[in-house]
Parts: sequence; structure tokens; C-alpha cells
Amino acid sequence: MYKDILRDIDNIAIWPTISFVIFFLFFLILIWWVLKADKSFITKMSNQPFEDGINPERNRALNSNEL
Amino acid sequence: MELEKISYDNKIVKAFIIATVTFGLVGMSVGLLAAIQLFYPIANFDLQYTSFGRIRPLHTNAIIFAFVGNAMFVGVYYSMQRLLKTRMFSDLLSWVHFWGWQLIILAAAISLPLGMTSSKEYAELEWPIDIAITIIWVVFGWNMIGTILKRREKHMYVAIWFYIATFVTVAVLHIVNSFAIPVTLFKSYSWYAGVQDALVQWWYGHNAVAFFLTTPFLGLMYYFLPKAANRPVYSYRLSIVHFWSLIFIYIWAGPHHLLYTALPDWAQSLGVVFSIMLIAPSWGGMLNGLLTLRGAWDRVREDPVLKFMVVAVTAYGMATLEGPLLSLKSVNAIAHFTDWIIAHVHVGGLGWNGFLTFGMLYWIIPRMWGTKLYSTKLANLHFWIGTLGIMFYALPLYIAGVVQSLMWKEFTADGFLQYQNFLETTTQILPMYMLRAVGGGLYLTGVIIMTYNLIKTAYAGKFVANEEAEVAPMVKTASSGGHWHHVLERKPIMFTVLALVAILIGGAIEMVPTFLIKSNVPTIASVKPYTPLELHGRDIYIREGCVGCHSQMVRPFRSEVQRYDPTNGEYSKAGEYVYDHPFLWGSKRTGPDLQRVGAKYADSWHYRHMLTPGDVSNGSIMPAYPWLYEQLIDKELTPKMIAALRTVGVPYEEGYEEVANNELDKQAARISENLSMEGYEVVKEAEIVALIAYLQRLGTDIKADKVAEK
Repeated sequence: MYKDILRDIDNIAIWPTISFVIFFLFFLILIWWVLKADKSFITKMSNQPFEDGINPERNRALNSNEL
Repeated sequence: MELEKISYDNKIVKAFIIATVTFGLVGMSVGLLAAIQLFYPIANFDLQYTSFGRIRPLHTNAIIFAFVGNAMFVGVYYSMQRLLKTRMFSDLLSWVHFWGWQLIILAAAISLPLGMTSSKEYAELEWPIDIAITIIWVVFGWNMIGTILKRREKHMYVAIWFYIATFVTVAVLHIVNSFAIPVTLFKSYSWYAGVQDALVQWWYGHNAVAFFLTTPFLGLMYYFLPKAANRPVYSYRLSIVHFWSLIFIYIWAGPHHLLYTALPDWAQSLGVVFSIMLIAPSWGGMLNGLLTLRGAWDRVREDPVLKFMVVAVTAYGMATLEGPLLSLKSVNAIAHFTDWIIAHVHVGGLGWNGFLTFGMLYWIIPRMWGTKLYSTKLANLHFWIGTLGIMFYALPLYIAGVVQSLMWKEFTADGFLQYQNFLETTTQILPMYMLRAVGGGLYLTGVIIMTYNLIKTAYAGKFVANEEAEVAPMVKTASSGGHWHHVLERKPIMFTVLALVAILIGGAIEMVPTFLIKSNVPTIASVKPYTPLELHGRDIYIREGCVGCHSQMVRPFRSEVQRYDPTNGEYSKAGEYVYDHPFLWGSKRTGPDLQRVGAKYADSWHYRHMLTPGDVSNGSIMPAYPWLYEQLIDKELTPKMIAALRTVGVPYEEGYEEVANNELDKQAARISENLSMEGYEVVKEAEIVALIAYLQRLGTDIKADKVAEK
């Protein structure tokens, strides 16, 4: 039954085009944002894996395999 | 600012590590067994529980969900706490997740050898286990989102985005693809039929690769690679573009698994276009990973962790270039149904998932146990033996795939098939199968060495169950402004919803029209539902995993039409499958296609062939199925089967349940009399009789159509 209801939607073929346009616009805005994003924010974000609050001494020892 | 003292939960990570290594060893051993069975059929042991058709799904499920799944959880539980500067939301949920997942694996390990399978690849588990997976997955997601909400870091690092996308998409994929109507506690029929079932399955199958084997591991790459290299990711900007483009594009590409099949052409083209587009985000991610090591390449020479990670990321790059190339119809025409695909997935599986997991374990375990790695030499040995293993695995199968495919397509000058007997094309590549097993054996040896090394490391150190940390509390700022993407990264729920929308768009557009527009599946008047006996036979075909080696899809090539339907010249049509719950098109031809096998041989041929394949077809590598001659079909199930199929749309008349077993008896008696006349005595309820009935029905409806036309 649900098939028959949906089957009657006019121009269902336009849906893919609309969705693609939506994504493409999102993508363009994303690229634009990424290119003009604040450098300090980007640096801060990319350093996040190193700021886990674990004692820096311990972290240093772990990373240099001195333990 | 006052710092808060917190602790990260390492115990749950440890539990997932043990599970990862254990199931890695088990899953790879089972894979090695399957590889050996392909050139040495005795290794099927003439036992139903160990025959190839049941062992193969056991291998794939063990590797994907038990090995890679547990490895994903190792990385997620370790990195998420540290990236968000908080312990997991609930230790209880973490443990429910852990034990729930392991119980599901146990259930799979028992039910698959018993032949309980839906037959849909990587989704074989029966409906009660499917429900359990859904519940445990929700527990995982609940714990994850809870952790994100109580974080002490305003913005979510890109690895977390990949985890969120994984959670959301796997949930959607699993639920949509698992829709089925139960017949008994351990048996169900797919809700969808034929072409639609195929489309849903490969939308699922392709995206299971994308969102179970790829996105979570990209998250792990973005965390563990910078940690191991001790430098931030090459370009955080690129990682943002990588994320959004990857999750949006991946979801559309599923139909490339169904090129040249009865799937409507527009859907095939859609799959091809998006597959080619996928090269961009995939390679963006790969380059981002590799370039993170810029200026640290000297360390790659010494550090086994980085070695494993470099090969992992390189394998990811190779597999994600190869995938789109395989999606080109001209390449696919050669590669599909051959061992090329097996090689392709193993470059991804062994290289990307395996090596990234090993790199992560070698990095994580010394840190969690507060010690040094027991032996760098052994880790290096593992690296080289593993790399060699991948080579020995993949290269022979590339050769095997191309050789076999070209043999299938070879014509003589007179226009006949050069290799009329399919078996010739299989025996030709058996040496390659042997080499492949050597490759698998090498790889497994490496993992055994790793296990020893990691256990020794753990024993040398002291396990830090709760790792202390001092972190600043999150400052709640009144201003909510900032750029829209900044805002997005601060709002995990909105982020999750957006990721969900991105993946739903692609899925809906592929599937909705196929389900809704009648012209997508043209009906064929002469195609009728299966008889009760054939249904039982079909269930046996599903149980024994015949679909693992035999396709039911004659592609529209002269070589295939001539091989499989020389009299009528019919390739497979969408309308032939309208009553197939589930579809059984298959994805690999180790044996010939069976879509037109009905009425090709006598009943007695099938009878002898299933009992002693090697005697009937000299050199055959098909396992024997002696148990089919002793086990009887359960006639009490017939009415339930009919009722279930009627519910999902097969037009059995009302009340047919009552007479179904009478018809079954008549048909079974005819077959057993046929056999008796040729000197083979068998009770008419024997499973082999039902299986013969099914095989003899395959593809005959469309022949009836031809007769009617004449």
C-alpha cells in the first residue's frame, strides 16, 4: 500500500538532482569555510590529540619509550 | 583556573584488546582453512559443519565483526576519552557493550556452522541475533554520545566525527538490510525480493565496508598516526573536507556491486559515477595520513609502529583507487565474480584494517602497561612477514582472477567457447589458490608472533587500569556565535543529525525509485512462485552456503549466454527474481552460474554429483554433501514458510498451506521414482530430493515463456 502512495508522487526523478545540488552547495560552502578558517583555531584543533591532561613528564617518557 | 583530576578507563580498552587478538587469530585460522579447502577438498572433512559454504561466512563475520569490530572499539574507547578529556559516560554501558558484543560473536560462531544464515553477505546472522546487534549497537552509541555531551573540550576533533558517522550509518544500514519475516526462531525470509533485495543488500554490503571497515579506522588514523609520529596531522583543513565528502559520496556507490546484472541501468550508472568520485576524498585522506610523516621518515625506518601505519595507509590508498577502477563497467566485466575481488578486499582487510590494528596495538600496549615493547626485533619480523603475506595473498589471486575471467570469455575461431567445461577454468588456477594459502599462512604466523610479543610486553609491565589526568573544566561561554562550522562542532547532536541526513539522501535516492516505479522491475507472466518442495530445496541451498561459490545471474555477455543458456540465449531478467526472498545472485563464481541449470541434467546426475562431485566431474573442488541423503526435510514447517512468504508479497492463494504438503509429496515422489528407475533408492523426504527439485526449477520459467510464445 505504501508503495502505491509513494508511486503517485509526481516527478520523483527530480529528487536525485535536488539532493545533489544541495550537497554540492554544502560542499562549496564547506571549502570556502575551510579555506578562510582561522589559523589559530586550526592549529589548536590539530593539536588536540596531544592535550589529554596526562602528566607531561609521563607523556614524554611514554613517547620517547624511556619507561 | 582549577584543574580537575580525572582518570581514563583503560580496563575496558584492555578487554577489547584481548578480544581483538583472540578473534584475529580465530578468524584468520578459519580463513586459512577456507583457503585450503579450495584446492584440497578433503579439508571439508565431509562434515556439514565444516564445509566451505558454512566456513566462508564464519571467516568473514569473524574478521569483520569480531576482529576489526573489537579493534575499532579498542581505538574508540582509548582515543575518545583522551580527546574529549573525560572518562566514558558510563562504565556499566561500556561493559554491557563489551560482553554483549562478545556474546553476539559467540552466537555467530555457533549458528553459522549450524547453517543458520540469511545468506546475505556480511549480514548472514539470523533475526534474533540481528535484534541483539541492534540493542548492543545502541548501547555503544548511547555511551558514545553521552561521553561527547559531558566532554571538557569545546570542539570535537575530527576522529570523533568519524566515530559518530560510523555509529549512525551502521545503525541505519543494519536495520534496513535486516528486515525479514521470521519463520521459526532460526529462520527468516528477507522482506525484499529479487532486484530490490540485491540493491538493499549491496547498499548495505558496500557501506558496511565504508562505515565499519573504513570510517572508524580513519578516525583511528587521525588519532594514532599523529600520536605515534608525535606531530599533528598534516592538514586539519583537509580532514574536514575529507570527512564530509567521504560520508556523502560513499553511500551512493553500492550499485557498483551489481553492474551488468538485472538492476536497472540508471542505478548502475549512479553507482559508477559516485565510485569514481570517491577517489578524491579517499586519496585526500590517504595523503593527509602519509604527509603527517613529513620530516619524520627517518623514524619510519626504526619504529615498527610507524612502519605498520605507513603500509596500512598505503594499502588504503591502493584499495580505494582499485575500487573505483573496478567500478568501471569495462573493468568490472572482467573482474566481477572472479578472485580479483577477493584480492581487492584482502588488500583492504589485511593491509588497511590489519596493519593499522597491529600498529595501534604495538603503540597502545606499552603505554597501558607502563613499559617498553618486549621486542622491537620481533615486531619488525612481524612487519616483514605480514607484508610478504599480503603480497603472496594478493598477487596470485590477481593472476587467478584475470586468467579465469579471460578463459570464460575465450572463443574459438569457429565461434564456440574455447573452454566449454567451466571446471577447466577452475583447475587452471588451483596453483594460485595454493600460493594464496601460503600468503595467508605467512600473515597468520606474523599475528602469532605479535601475540607472543604483546603478552611478554604486558607481563613485563604493570597494567594501569585507571590513567590519571588533570584537565581544565569546560568553560561555558555565553556567546554562541562564531562560524557555522564552529557552532556545528560544538553541537554533537546537531552534528549527528546532519551526518545522518547526508547518508540518508544517497540511500533513499538509490532505493526509493526501484521500490516505487513499476517499470524498474518488469514482470514476466510465466514466472511463478516456487512449489513447497522447491522452497525446502531453496532453504537447503541457502543453509549450505551454495551462494558462496555459485552465482544466479547470467550477465548480458555473449560468452555467458552461450555458456549458460545456449538454446534460448537468455541472460537474466529482473522479472525472474520477483519471488526470490532473499535474492541469491552471489558475488563469486568458484563454480558455474546456476541460474539456467534447471532441466539441464537428469535428476540422477545431481544425485551423484552432490554425493561425490569429484567422480562426476573429474577434478572438481566442490565439497561432498553426504548428509543431504540422510537428513529429512521438516514438513511441519511448510505451512509456516508459505504463510511467511505470502506476508512479504508472494501470491500463494489463501488456504494453500493446507494442501501444500500434499503437493510436496507428489513432487517428491516423482523425483524419487525417477531416481529409483536409474537405480538410486532414496526416501522421498530426504533433503537431496528437495534440493534437486529446486535446482531443476532454476531458470525454467523463462523457458516456459519461450514455449508459450512459439
